[in-house]
Amino acid sequence: MGHDECRHLLDELSPYLDGEVSETVCAEIEQHLSDCENCRVMVDTLRKTVYLYRNMPQPEMPEQVRERLYKKLDLTEFFLPQAS
Amino acid sequence: MSDAITEEDLLERIRNGDQAACALCIELYGTQVYRLALRLMKNEADAEDVMQETFLNAYKSIDKFEGRSGLSTWLYRIAYNAAMMRLRRPSPYTLSIDETLQQDSPLTVPKQLFDWCCLPEKDFETSEVREFLEESIQELPEKLRVAFILRELEGLSTQESADALGISADAVKKRLHRGRLWLRERLSDYFVEQQIPG
Repeated sequence: MGHDECRHLLDELSPYLDGEVSETVCAEIEQHLSDCENCRVMVDTLRKTVYLYRNMPQPEMPEQVRERLYKKLDLTEFFLPQAS
Repeated sequence: MSDAITEEDLLERIRNGDQAACALCIELYGTQVYRLALRLMKNEADAEDVMQETFLNAYKSIDKFEGRSGLSTWLYRIAYNAAMMRLRRPSPYTLSIDETLQQDSPLTVPKQLFDWCCLPEKDFETSEVREFLEESIQELPEKLRVAFILRELEGLSTQESADALGISADAVKKRLHRGRLWLRERLSDYFVEQQIPG
Protein backbone atom coordinates (compact mmCIF):
# COMPACT_ATOMS: atom_id res chain seq x y z
CA MET A 1 0.00 0.00 0.00
CA GLY A 2 2.81 2.37 -0.76
CA HIS A 3 1.72 3.88 -4.05
CA ASP A 4 -0.08 7.21 -4.26
CA GLU A 5 -2.92 5.58 -6.12
CA CYS A 6 -3.36 2.99 -3.37
CA ARG A 7 -3.37 5.71 -0.70
CA HIS A 8 -5.97 7.65 -2.66
CA LEU A 9 -8.09 4.52 -2.88
CA LEU A 10 -7.86 4.06 0.88
CA ASP A 11 -9.55 7.45 1.37
CA GLU A 12 -12.35 6.53 -0.99
CA LEU A 13 -12.98 3.02 0.25
CA SER A 14 -15.96 3.67 2.53
CA PRO A 15 -17.78 5.90 0.03
CA TYR A 16 -17.06 3.25 -2.60
CA LEU A 17 -18.45 0.41 -0.46
CA ASP A 18 -21.46 2.54 0.45
CA GLY A 19 -22.15 3.33 -3.20
CA GLU A 20 -21.53 7.04 -2.66
CA VAL A 21 -18.90 7.68 -5.32
CA SER A 22 -19.63 8.89 -8.82
CA GLU A 23 -19.63 6.46 -11.74
CA THR A 24 -16.31 7.91 -12.89
CA VAL A 25 -14.62 7.38 -9.54
CA CYS A 26 -16.17 3.94 -9.26
CA ALA A 27 -14.74 2.97 -12.66
CA GLU A 28 -11.30 4.32 -11.67
CA ILE A 29 -11.35 2.31 -8.46
CA GLU A 30 -12.40 -0.87 -10.22
CA GLN A 31 -9.73 -0.41 -12.83
CA HIS A 32 -7.16 -0.03 -10.07
CA LEU A 33 -8.49 -3.09 -8.23
CA SER A 34 -8.11 -5.23 -11.33
CA ASP A 35 -4.37 -4.45 -11.33
CA CYS A 36 -3.57 -4.23 -7.62
CA GLU A 37 -3.83 -7.39 -5.53
CA ASN A 38 -3.16 -5.60 -2.23
CA CYS A 39 -6.02 -3.17 -2.77
CA ARG A 40 -8.33 -5.96 -3.85
CA VAL A 41 -7.61 -7.79 -0.60
CA MET A 42 -8.14 -4.55 1.28
CA VAL A 43 -11.53 -3.93 -0.32
CA ASP A 44 -12.72 -7.52 0.09
CA THR A 45 -11.71 -7.74 3.75
CA LEU A 46 -13.17 -4.33 4.53
CA ARG A 47 -16.43 -5.32 2.84
CA LYS A 48 -16.48 -8.52 4.88
CA THR A 49 -15.76 -6.57 8.07
CA VAL A 50 -18.79 -4.37 7.42
CA TYR A 51 -20.92 -7.43 6.67
CA LEU A 52 -19.85 -9.15 9.90
CA TYR A 53 -20.60 -6.30 12.27
CA ARG A 54 -23.87 -5.43 10.55
CA ASN A 55 -25.04 -8.99 11.00
CA MET A 56 -23.91 -9.67 14.53
CA PRO A 57 -26.54 -9.90 17.26
CA GLN A 58 -27.07 -6.66 19.15
CA PRO A 59 -26.92 -6.54 22.96
CA GLU A 60 -30.33 -6.33 24.61
CA MET A 61 -31.24 -4.51 27.79
CA PRO A 62 -31.57 -7.10 30.57
CA GLU A 63 -35.05 -7.30 32.10
CA GLN A 64 -33.79 -6.41 35.58
CA VAL A 65 -32.07 -3.31 34.19
CA ARG A 66 -35.28 -2.27 32.48
CA GLU A 67 -37.24 -2.85 35.68
CA ARG A 68 -34.78 -0.75 37.73
CA LEU A 69 -35.07 2.07 35.19
CA TYR A 70 -38.85 2.14 35.67
CA LYS A 71 -38.32 2.20 39.43
CA LYS A 72 -35.76 5.00 39.23
CA LEU A 73 -38.20 7.09 37.23
CA ASP A 74 -41.14 6.32 39.54
CA LEU A 75 -42.90 4.52 36.72
CA THR A 76 -43.20 1.12 38.37
CA GLU A 77 -46.95 0.98 37.86
CA PHE A 78 -46.36 1.04 34.09
CA PHE A 79 -43.76 -1.73 34.07
CA LEU A 80 -44.82 -4.76 32.09
CA PRO A 81 -42.52 -7.79 32.14
CA GLN A 82 -41.45 -8.76 28.65
CA ALA A 83 -42.35 -12.21 27.42
CA SER A 84 -39.18 -14.30 27.25
CA MET B 1 -41.84 5.74 16.25
CA SER B 2 -44.93 3.69 17.05
CA ASP B 3 -47.65 3.74 14.42
CA ALA B 4 -50.16 4.59 17.08
CA ILE B 5 -48.57 7.84 18.21
CA THR B 6 -46.50 10.52 16.54
CA GLU B 7 -43.32 11.86 18.09
CA GLU B 8 -45.00 15.24 18.47
CA ASP B 9 -47.87 13.68 20.43
CA LEU B 10 -45.46 11.72 22.60
CA LEU B 11 -43.47 14.85 23.42
CA GLU B 12 -46.61 16.80 24.22
CA ARG B 13 -47.78 14.09 26.59
CA ILE B 14 -44.38 13.87 28.32
CA ARG B 15 -44.32 17.66 28.72
CA ASN B 16 -47.75 17.44 30.34
CA GLY B 17 -46.43 14.95 32.87
CA ASP B 18 -48.12 11.91 31.36
CA GLN B 19 -46.29 8.99 32.98
CA ALA B 20 -47.63 6.45 30.51
CA ALA B 21 -45.97 8.48 27.76
CA CYS B 22 -42.67 8.43 29.69
CA ALA B 23 -42.97 4.64 29.92
CA LEU B 24 -43.70 4.44 26.19
CA CYS B 25 -40.59 6.50 25.51
CA ILE B 26 -38.53 3.96 27.46
CA GLU B 27 -40.02 1.12 25.44
CA LEU B 28 -39.26 2.92 22.18
CA TYR B 29 -35.73 4.10 22.91
CA GLY B 30 -34.47 2.43 26.09
CA THR B 31 -32.68 -0.45 24.43
CA GLN B 32 -30.86 1.79 21.95
CA VAL B 33 -29.72 4.13 24.73
CA TYR B 34 -28.59 1.17 26.81
CA ARG B 35 -26.59 -0.33 23.92
CA LEU B 36 -24.81 2.96 23.29
CA ALA B 37 -24.06 3.34 27.00
CA LEU B 38 -22.80 -0.24 27.23
CA ARG B 39 -20.46 0.17 24.30
CA LEU B 40 -19.13 3.47 25.61
CA MET B 41 -18.77 2.48 29.26
CA LYS B 42 -17.71 -1.14 28.58
CA ASN B 43 -19.48 -2.51 31.64
CA GLU B 44 -23.10 -3.14 32.53
CA ALA B 45 -23.18 -1.29 35.85
CA ASP B 46 -21.91 1.99 34.41
CA ALA B 47 -24.09 1.55 31.33
CA GLU B 48 -27.13 1.25 33.57
CA ASP B 49 -26.17 4.40 35.48
CA VAL B 50 -25.71 6.31 32.22
CA MET B 51 -29.06 5.11 30.91
CA GLN B 52 -30.88 6.10 34.10
CA GLU B 53 -29.20 9.50 34.07
CA THR B 54 -30.15 9.94 30.41
CA PHE B 55 -33.86 9.41 30.96
CA LEU B 56 -33.89 11.42 34.20
CA ASN B 57 -32.19 14.35 32.48
CA ALA B 58 -34.37 14.03 29.41
CA TYR B 59 -37.61 14.19 31.37
CA LYS B 60 -36.33 17.06 33.52
CA SER B 61 -35.31 19.10 30.51
CA ILE B 62 -37.99 18.04 28.04
CA ASP B 63 -39.24 21.64 27.84
CA LYS B 64 -35.85 22.66 26.45
CA PHE B 65 -36.05 20.14 23.61
CA GLU B 66 -36.71 22.27 20.55
CA GLY B 67 -37.27 19.48 18.09
CA ARG B 68 -34.46 20.45 15.72
CA SER B 69 -33.45 16.80 15.76
CA GLY B 70 -35.52 13.70 16.45
CA LEU B 71 -36.23 12.59 19.98
CA SER B 72 -33.96 9.54 19.64
CA THR B 73 -31.08 11.72 18.40
CA TRP B 74 -31.56 14.01 21.39
CA LEU B 75 -31.57 11.04 23.78
CA TYR B 76 -28.38 9.70 22.20
CA ARG B 77 -26.78 13.10 22.70
CA ILE B 78 -27.73 13.19 26.38
CA ALA B 79 -26.44 9.63 26.82
CA TYR B 80 -23.19 10.44 25.05
CA ASN B 81 -22.63 13.51 27.22
CA ALA B 82 -23.45 11.55 30.38
CA ALA B 83 -21.02 8.81 29.40
CA MET B 84 -18.27 11.28 28.55
CA MET B 85 -18.70 13.06 31.89
CA ARG B 86 -18.06 9.77 33.62
CA LEU B 87 -15.25 8.63 31.39
CA ARG B 88 -13.40 11.90 31.71
CA ARG B 89 -13.51 12.11 35.47
CA PRO B 90 -9.84 12.44 36.34
CA SER B 91 -8.23 9.47 37.96
CA PRO B 92 -4.60 9.58 39.09
CA TYR B 93 -4.19 5.88 38.52
CA THR B 94 -5.46 5.38 35.01
CA LEU B 95 -4.46 6.75 31.65
CA SER B 96 -6.89 6.01 28.87
CA ILE B 97 -5.14 4.48 25.92
CA ASP B 98 -7.56 6.47 23.77
CA GLU B 99 -5.92 9.68 24.90
CA THR B 100 -2.64 8.54 23.50
CA LEU B 101 -4.00 8.03 20.01
CA GLN B 102 -3.85 10.72 17.41
CA GLN B 103 -7.48 10.41 16.45
CA ASP B 104 -7.51 13.14 13.87
CA SER B 105 -4.24 12.10 12.30
CA PRO B 106 -4.11 10.85 8.70
CA LEU B 107 -5.46 7.39 8.02
CA THR B 108 -3.40 4.48 9.20
CA VAL B 109 -1.85 2.59 6.34
CA PRO B 110 -3.09 -0.98 6.56
CA LYS B 111 -0.51 -3.40 7.90
CA GLN B 112 -2.32 -6.67 7.52
CA LEU B 113 -3.19 -7.80 4.00
CA PHE B 114 -4.02 -11.43 4.62
CA ASP B 115 -7.03 -12.32 2.45
CA TRP B 116 -9.29 -13.80 5.11
CA CYS B 117 -12.61 -12.98 3.54
CA CYS B 118 -12.68 -16.23 1.59
CA LEU B 119 -12.28 -18.48 4.61
CA PRO B 120 -15.08 -21.04 5.03
CA GLU B 121 -18.30 -19.39 6.21
CA LYS B 122 -18.31 -21.54 9.35
CA ASP B 123 -15.14 -19.74 10.47
CA PHE B 124 -17.15 -16.50 10.74
CA GLU B 125 -20.18 -17.91 12.47
CA THR B 126 -18.62 -18.80 15.81
CA SER B 127 -19.48 -17.12 19.09
CA GLU B 128 -15.77 -16.46 19.49
CA VAL B 129 -15.71 -14.30 16.36
CA ARG B 130 -18.82 -12.42 17.49
CA GLU B 131 -17.32 -11.81 20.93
CA PHE B 132 -14.06 -10.66 19.42
CA LEU B 133 -15.90 -8.25 17.15
CA GLU B 134 -17.99 -6.83 19.99
CA GLU B 135 -14.88 -6.42 22.15
CA SER B 136 -13.06 -4.78 19.27
CA ILE B 137 -15.90 -2.29 18.79
CA GLN B 138 -15.70 -1.42 22.48
CA GLU B 139 -11.95 -0.91 22.10
CA LEU B 140 -12.25 1.50 19.18
CA PRO B 141 -10.69 4.85 20.07
CA GLU B 142 -13.37 6.91 21.79
CA LYS B 143 -14.09 9.48 19.09
CA LEU B 144 -14.28 6.83 16.41
CA ARG B 145 -16.32 4.52 18.59
CA VAL B 146 -19.31 6.73 19.22
CA ALA B 147 -19.63 7.87 15.61
CA PHE B 148 -19.25 4.27 14.48
CA ILE B 149 -21.91 2.98 16.90
CA LEU B 150 -24.49 5.61 16.02
CA ARG B 151 -23.99 5.41 12.27
CA GLU B 152 -23.30 1.74 11.76
CA LEU B 153 -24.93 -0.12 14.61
CA GLU B 154 -27.83 2.09 15.63
CA GLY B 155 -28.67 3.02 12.06
CA LEU B 156 -28.71 6.81 12.39
CA SER B 157 -28.09 8.76 9.21
CA THR B 158 -24.82 10.63 8.85
CA GLN B 159 -26.60 13.92 9.66
CA GLU B 160 -28.42 12.47 12.67
CA SER B 161 -25.13 11.11 14.01
CA ALA B 162 -23.55 14.51 13.46
CA ASP B 163 -26.43 16.20 15.33
CA ALA B 164 -26.13 13.78 18.24
CA LEU B 165 -22.40 14.42 18.56
CA GLY B 166 -22.37 18.12 17.71
CA ILE B 167 -19.89 17.63 14.88
CA SER B 168 -20.06 18.00 11.10
CA ALA B 169 -21.36 15.31 8.75
CA ASP B 170 -17.90 15.21 7.16
CA ALA B 171 -16.32 14.47 10.53
CA VAL B 172 -18.79 11.61 11.04
CA LYS B 173 -17.87 10.15 7.65
CA LYS B 174 -14.15 10.35 8.43
CA ARG B 175 -14.55 8.76 11.83
CA LEU B 176 -16.73 6.03 10.41
CA HIS B 177 -14.15 5.25 7.77
CA ARG B 178 -11.31 5.19 10.29
CA GLY B 179 -13.38 2.99 12.54
CA ARG B 180 -14.00 0.51 9.76
CA LEU B 181 -10.31 0.41 8.84
CA TRP B 182 -9.39 -0.06 12.48
CA LEU B 183 -11.81 -2.98 12.86
CA ARG B 184 -10.63 -4.54 9.61
CA GLU B 185 -7.09 -4.49 10.94
CA ARG B 186 -8.18 -6.12 14.20
CA LEU B 187 -10.11 -8.84 12.40
CA SER B 188 -7.20 -9.44 10.06
CA ASP B 189 -4.85 -9.96 13.00
CA TYR B 190 -7.41 -12.28 14.54
CA PHE B 191 -7.86 -14.44 11.44
CA VAL B 192 -4.13 -14.58 10.77
CA GLU B 193 -3.67 -15.87 14.31
CA GLN B 194 -6.40 -18.47 13.75
CA GLN B 195 -4.50 -19.83 10.76
CA ILE B 196 -1.33 -20.51 12.74
CA PRO B 197 -1.32 -24.18 13.79
CA GLY B 198 -1.54 -24.36 17.58
